[in-house]
Amino acid sequence: MADVRTPKHAALGGRILTGPFIVLAALALIATYFLVQRFVFGLGAVTNLSDGYPWGIWIAIDLVVGTAFGCAGYAIALLVYILNRGEYHPLVRPALLASLFGYALGGLSVLIDLGRYWQGYNMFLPWLSQYNSVMLETALCIAAYLTVLMVEFSPVFLEKLGMRNVRQKLDRVLFIFIGLGVLLPTMHQSSMGTILVILGHQLSPLWQTQLLPLLFLVSALFMGFAIVVFEAVLASIGFRRPMETFILNRLCTAMAWLLLGFLVLRLADLVFSGNISFAFAATLDAVMFWVESALHLAALILLWPRSSRPSALRLFLSALLLLVAGTLYRVDCYLIGYHPGDGWFYFPSVGEIMVTVGIFSLEVMLYLVFVKRLPVLETVEAAYREEHAEHPEGTASA
Amino acid sequence: MASRQVAIPVPSHASDEPIGQLDSYQGALGGVTRREFLMYCTGVAAALGLSPALGVRIANATTSATRPPVIWLSGQACTGCTETLLRAHHPTLESLILDQISLDYHETLCSGAGRQAEEFRRRSMEDNHGRYLLVIDGAIPTGDTADYCKVAGERFVDSVTHAAEGAGAIIAMGSCSSWGGVPSSQPNPTNARSAQEVLPDHTVVSIPGCPPNPYNFLVTVLHYLTFERLPELDHRNRPRFAYGRLIHENCERRPHFDAGRFAREFGDEGHRQGWCLYYLGCKGPETWANCPAIGFNDIGESAWPVGIGHPCFGCTEQGVGFTKSIHSLATLQTVTPPTAFPRVVEDQGELSTAAVGVAAGVAGAAVGAAAVLASRLAKHGPPPSEAPPAGTPADKASSDQST
Repeated sequence: MADVRTPKHAALGGRILTGPFIVLAALALIATYFLVQRFVFGLGAVTNLSDGYPWGIWIAIDLVVGTAFGCAGYAIALLVYILNRGEYHPLVRPALLASLFGYALGGLSVLIDLGRYWQGYNMFLPWLSQYNSVMLETALCIAAYLTVLMVEFSPVFLEKLGMRNVRQKLDRVLFIFIGLGVLLPTMHQSSMGTILVILGHQLSPLWQTQLLPLLFLVSALFMGFAIVVFEAVLASIGFRRPMETFILNRLCTAMAWLLLGFLVLRLADLVFSGNISFAFAATLDAVMFWVESALHLAALILLWPRSSRPSALRLFLSALLLLVAGTLYRVDCYLIGYHPGDGWFYFPSVGEIMVTVGIFSLEVMLYLVFVKRLPVLETVEAAYREEHAEHPEGTASA
Repeated sequence: MASRQVAIPVPSHASDEPIGQLDSYQGALGGVTRREFLMYCTGVAAALGLSPALGVRIANATTSATRPPVIWLSGQACTGCTETLLRAHHPTLESLILDQISLDYHETLCSGAGRQAEEFRRRSMEDNHGRYLLVIDGAIPTGDTADYCKVAGERFVDSVTHAAEGAGAIIAMGSCSSWGGVPSSQPNPTNARSAQEVLPDHTVVSIPGCPPNPYNFLVTVLHYLTFERLPELDHRNRPRFAYGRLIHENCERRPHFDAGRFAREFGDEGHRQGWCLYYLGCKGPETWANCPAIGFNDIGESAWPVGIGHPCFGCTEQGVGFTKSIHSLATLQTVTPPTAFPRVVEDQGELSTAAVGVAAGVAGAAVGAAAVLASRLAKHGPPPSEAPPAGTPADKASSDQST
């Protein structure tokens, strides 16, 4: 990698089987129970999916929100490699790790959600493809990006295994994968909005717009940045590390502008199309619209650049608000604002919720294992470590 | 009719000669106006899957001064194939045989009889050698039992062989002449054979069916008259436009088959609801014909056996009609019915208290965890404090906590 300042990464070490880890494992086990049911008895046995709502939270949250969280790698790669802001480099590896899990588990969710998953491989057979399908574009793009992510992240494994030769060879071609790693998410994150455009009037006018692809792309970007900030704050607390506050602050400025752009686009579009009137009707849609907009606005206010240094608390809260707002925007688009016709109703079943919870638990578990065993996080100055040496065991959680 | 001299909507590429004498011809069309006649010809073109513009060309062909002679020979048949032509309304049989073709010999429809009729046939065949249309209905007894069917002292097999020599085209009308039909069913005491078997050196166009839809015959004839060649045929010499698809493919009850809604016996709930007749022995899945697409008797949709609730018995198909028992299951040539079917009525979604509880719990845990973290940050700032970090275990599960 063309590093600006040859960073050193190290595994954190420490026990894997901590208390939180066991709780997460239990949640993943519960999810496994429902997944066995799903694969033995079919989707109908576990989910509340219907002909009216063929997509539930496994798509709306696990995939659409999950991959938006997974945009950390995209957003940081864009910043570091395309905009050449090398100072953000310490964030690259954790961000890529987040992306890898976000996308891998998003892909897994699609597989779980596919009624005839055993035919899933057909989408990779060109002679069976329907090239006008935006779903095909999204699916292939996500699959390709997952491969790219693995290559982008592979230096971590190569370092761990001490395979310097391979690492050096890989470095020569890595720029291609980094390029693809920025191109592909641009394509499929906007396509997730395009999928909704073709839903037409089934999507509430509060969300339906030709700008959906752009809105989804911008939203994915600031969610990607937000997850980096969020993760950095949590890692700092959990692993007793100093926070890269300076870098994170500058990231917040970028997020603020993106968020402002998103809100202006969204509101202007609603006002010019006249669909803003739907926001004043007494419907769940309208309520959700206001909640979602208020969350975005609150995040914007917290993020807005001030003269004073933002506190860690403000960083944390703004990232959290942004993630919740982005999540809500996606859930609104894919489930709440989606009206397939009279009589149809959807609320996830216990099984669906537990599978989603289990998948996110698995993500956190994998993250913990990876940062403790592989050189993901940048090394901390020895001085700092000594200062906080009173907790050598690091009863760390996320 | 001069007052009705409206412009005929002929597209610029519509070929050929002008319609010419149509207006003066109106009387001969049996009271049909020119507009109606052109619409009929366009309809024929549509049945053939041709451009509507060719309707004009068909109109020209059918009104030409020299009407093509047709010799119609009936063998071991029930006259059903002639009867079916009486049920055609565009054109009617009389307009066909009086205006469009010159039906020189037809045992059922001849006005002459006996020696006179036979003599007329012989003379027509001589005069029109090489260009008359030979239509055969009925199976042909052969071998030692060829004597079982004789007309005017001549064995039918000989009449057919003789007539075929000077024929411009040969059409086998109905299942009996197409592949043997009822007379050839086992034990086949007369050694009944199809026209194609008796005339191995000729191309015999088959219009199977018992009886066939009259329009399959008429369209074939009009195609021949218009283009002076036969329509595209399949490997059994059946016109593809009529026999190119399984009945099963176009059947109006096909969605019931796919959804697993079957009548199990006559008069049961499913039968009354109009569900699929597969389990009553419908041979639609192995019978090639266009019955569901065009129906019978010009009375609209559903006027065909399956449409009125009786399983298709495969009358057009050799080895099915008159061979398989009517209520035995068809051999499926395309998809087999699945073992599990979707439900007829779909649930529209439900709200379970447990799910709401779990969702609220997850949300609560997430909010709680966030609050704990926030307060910790507010009190101690970013560097880790002395207490073990992070909130409740549940917060790890919440979506907000994920990477």
